[in-house]
Amino acid sequence: MINLLRNKLTLSGAIIIVLMSFFAVFAPVICHYQPDDIDIGNYLLAPSATHWLGTDLLGRDLFSRMVYGARISLSVGLVSIGIAVVIGIFFGALAGYYGGVIDTLVMRFVDIMLCFPSIFLILALVALLEPNIMVIMAVIGLTGWMGIARLIRAEILSLKERDFVSAARACGVSDITIIARHLVPNAIGPVIVSATLGVAAAILVESSLSFLGIGVQPPTPSWGNILMDAKSSLGVAWWMTLFPGLAIFITVLGYNLLGEGLRDTLMPRA
Amino acid sequence: MLSYLARRLALLVPLLIGISLISFVVIHCAPGKPTDVQDQLNQKVSLQVRERLEKLYGLDKPLGEQYLQWLVRLCKLDFGVSFSDSRPVTQKIVERIPITLTINLLSLFLILLFAVPIGVWSAVREGSRFDQCMTVFVFIGFAMPTFWLALLLMKFFGVTLHWLPVSGIRSLGFDYYSLWGKILDYARHLLLPVLISAFTGLAGLTRYMRTNMVHVLQQDYIRTARAKGLSLQRIYFHHALKNALLPVITVLGLSIPGLISGSVISESIFAIPGMGKLFYDAVMARDYPVIMGVLVIGAWLTLLGNLAADIAYSFADPRIRIASRKEP
Repeated sequence: MINLLRNKLTLSGAIIIVLMSFFAVFAPVICHYQPDDIDIGNYLLAPSATHWLGTDLLGRDLFSRMVYGARISLSVGLVSIGIAVVIGIFFGALAGYYGGVIDTLVMRFVDIMLCFPSIFLILALVALLEPNIMVIMAVIGLTGWMGIARLIRAEILSLKERDFVSAARACGVSDITIIARHLVPNAIGPVIVSATLGVAAAILVESSLSFLGIGVQPPTPSWGNILMDAKSSLGVAWWMTLFPGLAIFITVLGYNLLGEGLRDTLMPRA
Repeated sequence: MLSYLARRLALLVPLLIGISLISFVVIHCAPGKPTDVQDQLNQKVSLQVRERLEKLYGLDKPLGEQYLQWLVRLCKLDFGVSFSDSRPVTQKIVERIPITLTINLLSLFLILLFAVPIGVWSAVREGSRFDQCMTVFVFIGFAMPTFWLALLLMKFFGVTLHWLPVSGIRSLGFDYYSLWGKILDYARHLLLPVLISAFTGLAGLTRYMRTNMVHVLQQDYIRTARAKGLSLQRIYFHHALKNALLPVITVLGLSIPGLISGSVISESIFAIPGMGKLFYDAVMARDYPVIMGVLVIGAWLTLLGNLAADIAYSFADPRIRIASRKEP
């Protein structure tokens, strides 16, 4: 832990994440304007004392929209990776612990899932289902668990030969308990690293989807769909393009920095 | 070598079956079951679309028969006709592939051209100012949303400076240009999309190359080479670089799905008529036959890329051929 905080880069990553989460949680307190308050008279105002980051085409306050957008982006990132971690641990543990045919089947399944270019699969599913935030979280989670499954499998393959596992088995502990209590907690290090980096990737995917108009649907603000609006006012309103992109960039950077720091701490051999 | 090839090809069979199964499951996510229509007044997919889907994929038949029918379609490369213009899906995709392939190959070339020297130099000068700068660059590359970078570059080079066109792949007067004019015109249109799809991959490969090279430089044989007084140049380029470059072949193969994914974003931003744009338009129009076609062909291209990378690797590194022989 001390090691973790000593590293300046990791610390700055953590600070970025805490700050962004603070914005997201306390959005109603921070914002003077509602994110969907339309004020046509004041459209495309440049940043000023009243509208800190300016206004958009409909006169909505950009700062408020971005703060509320943080809620969407962060929750999509966290929930979808949560789903991916659960599925990944389940399949990885299954394959690693039981081995044999189960292992072959699960790992082939992983290989097959990896053949599909992720955006293609995500877009196809979102298009067939419904582009709402729940579907987006689920689809990103369902298409992002393969790396975690591989990690858990590899860890468990080496852990299950160790003495404490044999001891547990000799005591008559059930398979499920061995996996859940003894193996997974010992294998979790690399998963935490990969999940932290995964949050960053999921935020990028969500914002790309929303930017393409297939993600979070307006009027709900998300960093991606603000940028979609920005595309139409590219020549006139630089603030519409600059700030949401910067927010995505900084948040993703924060998670990446934290993930790399965790890697150094939790997986010193690598 | 032949037996390695045979084994590697045999591995393709379960993967191909798996791709057909997953894409089959995806079709079944399609909305518009007869029950839905009563529930939803605001129906995105009309009953008519549902009927066409049922006819195309035989959705009213038993599951087993549906799957067999889908499998036969895949084998015949027949994805039906597009809902939007009634042209065969396969034909629509095939005419779009060259553009996407060109952009991706060019950006792959750029990635290799820059990532390898930068990564190697960073590793050789580990901890130097240059290495630190490159680490910062790698973090920026990983965190940069490509579509945002595309917007910024479009704004700067297209809207502000008017240096480069911001959409399409050829100008209005293209047909009247000379040969060189035509090539120049393509280049001007493709420059930004290629740069953008190269950018993210560049960060990834630079870092990978650096890690590899650092690892190789710690090996005993490098110490031996140093100890017997070989020149640094010979150590770096002859002994270290060769070994550090080997795994890059695999990584290039693995980066194909990412590149194809990226083309959806860059092609739809720059309105380039490639596979990515085709897919994006199909998604927006809920053109299911095209969506399914691109999904399956995208997966096949990935599979092909990985296969090519594995075969290339086994040519480059005999250990792979021999090691895989021992495994059952």
